[in-house]
Amino acid sequence: MYTTELQKSAKIASTEDPEKLAAFEARVAADEFIEPKDWMPEAYRRTLTRQISQHAHSEIVGMLPEGNWITRAPSLRRKTILLAKVQDEAGHGLYLYSAAETLGTSREEMIEALHSGKAKYSTIFNYPTLTWADIGAIGWLVDGAAIMNQVPLQRTSYGPYARAMVRVCKEESFHQRQGYEICMAMMAGTPDQRRMMQDAFNRWWWPSLMMFGPPDENSPNTAQSMRWRIKRETNDELRQKFVDITVPQADAIGLTVPDPALKWNEAKGGYDFGDIDWEEFYAVVRGEGPVARERMIARRDAWEQNAWVREAAAAYAEKHARKREAA
Amino acid sequence: MSAGDWPLWEVFVRSKGGLSHRHVGSVHAPDPEIALRHARDTYTRRMEGVSLWVVPSAQIVASDPADDASMFDPAADKVYRHPTFYTIPDDVKHI
Amino acid sequence: MPSLPPIRPEDEARAANLHEHGAFDPAGGAQGGALFEFLLRLGDDSLVLGQRLSEWTGHAPSVEVDLSLANIALDLIGQATFFLDYAGEVEGKERDGDRLAFHRDVLDFRNCLLVEQPNGDFARTMARQFLFSAWQHRLFAHLAASADARIAAIAAKAVKEVAYHQELAAEWVIRLGDGTDESRRRMQDGIDWMARFVPELFEADDLTLFLAEKGIGVDPNAFRADYEEQVAAVLREATLDPLPVQRPILGGRRGHHSEHLGHLLCTLQFLPRTYPEAVW
Repeated sequence: MYTTELQKSAKIASTEDPEKLAAFEARVAADEFIEPKDWMPEAYRRTLTRQISQHAHSEIVGMLPEGNWITRAPSLRRKTILLAKVQDEAGHGLYLYSAAETLGTSREEMIEALHSGKAKYSTIFNYPTLTWADIGAIGWLVDGAAIMNQVPLQRTSYGPYARAMVRVCKEESFHQRQGYEICMAMMAGTPDQRRMMQDAFNRWWWPSLMMFGPPDENSPNTAQSMRWRIKRETNDELRQKFVDITVPQADAIGLTVPDPALKWNEAKGGYDFGDIDWEEFYAVVRGEGPVARERMIARRDAWEQNAWVREAAAAYAEKHARKREAA
Repeated sequence: MSAGDWPLWEVFVRSKGGLSHRHVGSVHAPDPEIALRHARDTYTRRMEGVSLWVVPSAQIVASDPADDASMFDPAADKVYRHPTFYTIPDDVKHI
Repeated sequence: MPSLPPIRPEDEARAANLHEHGAFDPAGGAQGGALFEFLLRLGDDSLVLGQRLSEWTGHAPSVEVDLSLANIALDLIGQATFFLDYAGEVEGKERDGDRLAFHRDVLDFRNCLLVEQPNGDFARTMARQFLFSAWQHRLFAHLAASADARIAAIAAKAVKEVAYHQELAAEWVIRLGDGTDESRRRMQDGIDWMARFVPELFEADDLTLFLAEKGIGVDPNAFRADYEEQVAAVLREATLDPLPVQRPILGGRRGHHSEHLGHLLCTLQFLPRTYPEAVW
């Protein structure tokens, strides 16, 4: 997920004032919140800026795969719900950009970084939505995985991030339910609908597991992230939890998990599952996902082709600010 | 302002009559009227507001955390500001 | 060169008795009555415009504007659902809002031509929004007092939403008109494009007059002067030209739309039409 980049988080430079550093770590260890103007190590500021902005980028880019089906939603109710969900995602992106900006980087810089390919967003949004069933799969699986990552972030060490996450989590509750409801309707429907739903599940299952990031042995900075309350559990722990929660949900509606190696393990009290194709994961992280280019073009176009709108509003504001002063 | 982003505004919402405005986040907007629109569209979609304030972020003056000790600690031991510091006999009413 | 076949007398006799398609027939006609027709007009206006706005999702000038446009779209689709569900009840042929939205072809849609115009750029979208919402706001303000309790209830709720749509759109028209040279050019283009379809909003056909007389509907000419004054004021403040006067382009209320509606319906209706047995 957006935590994918955490393994690259900066090491704390030895030039940081050791007393200030100790005080900072003590505050964080005591479950206190760090606020925008507080002293913080540069590494913390950089890591949080990257973490939060990439979370924001994920929400904004995440509007596109689902946005693709709003105009084709098959009932007025589905259209309304999907539009509201995608709008929520825009809002989440907005709250998160706001939080990241308190760390000293402007939203414009963050958007620039996204459009130039320097900043990442969750790999999952580089996959295409081919049928209406994909919308059900995304709500159920992708939002499900996101919720597992987001709930613990409500107590993350950086105040603005934690408060943004509280807001996000409150709004997120309907997202997963609406997705699963679509899946239920599809599986209770016609043979065409069932075929579509199984096909969508087949395509979204493995990428959803990849959302939890690389295996623990390839995630060296987990300890630091946990100290800073950015992570509470490891990638593999969360992934295991997700599988254990989701497989029964698939069973309940008659979907077959596309994993021949999936097997209940009584001893560990959870499912054993097959190997993830990490080659695919890293390729997508590198920017080679199936519709990565389309996603970037869509976001770049929206920003650049509408620059004249922002300019016009800015020009108007300037003209009228001068008029107000002159009055 | 360039073709880049609009300036930042902080948003405060009063969720119900009788309560104070609370800081809920920020929006980018070119001017006050659009800032109110954006704040309303972003932060009151779930019936969370009866009143909105928007303030350009650059205008917020904040206390410096480095001064926290001198700004806020002294209040901790001025207990005479709290009503419970004073002992009044129970049979004296309305005080 | 082969000539056309002769007109048979029996065809001529039939043609003489047919109403113009979609024309109002107070006796009820093929489409179930005046109220039904009126509700389709109201519902289709909101549905088509809501559909157009939802095309902007993820592509707006800023995240905040994306939220604004989605809010308006949600309000409109909500209105459409209320009006079309009610229309189905009134018709009494077991069609609900979804059945009406997803299974009628262009000849049976009753929206005005203004709302089906393509989005174009943000200026054109705001031109359409302003010119429509200013009208819809006044319409709903009157309908809030409709003799039909259900219409009155829907309108009373919607009028507050539309007040907001109108103000937001006006603010954007002003800023884009009085912004930069480029934005003024685009805003003027947008207004010129959409202005062609304003006269239709004030078309007072037999159906409109019939329902206005019954206190159920309203003749929009009752608020035309007020509307034109507001539009003129906003265009002035936006440093744009006044609305051009031109010959009305009509037809939407009778199912004779522009070329755009067919394409819009293809997208809107694809899934239910392709899978007629499916429940979603």
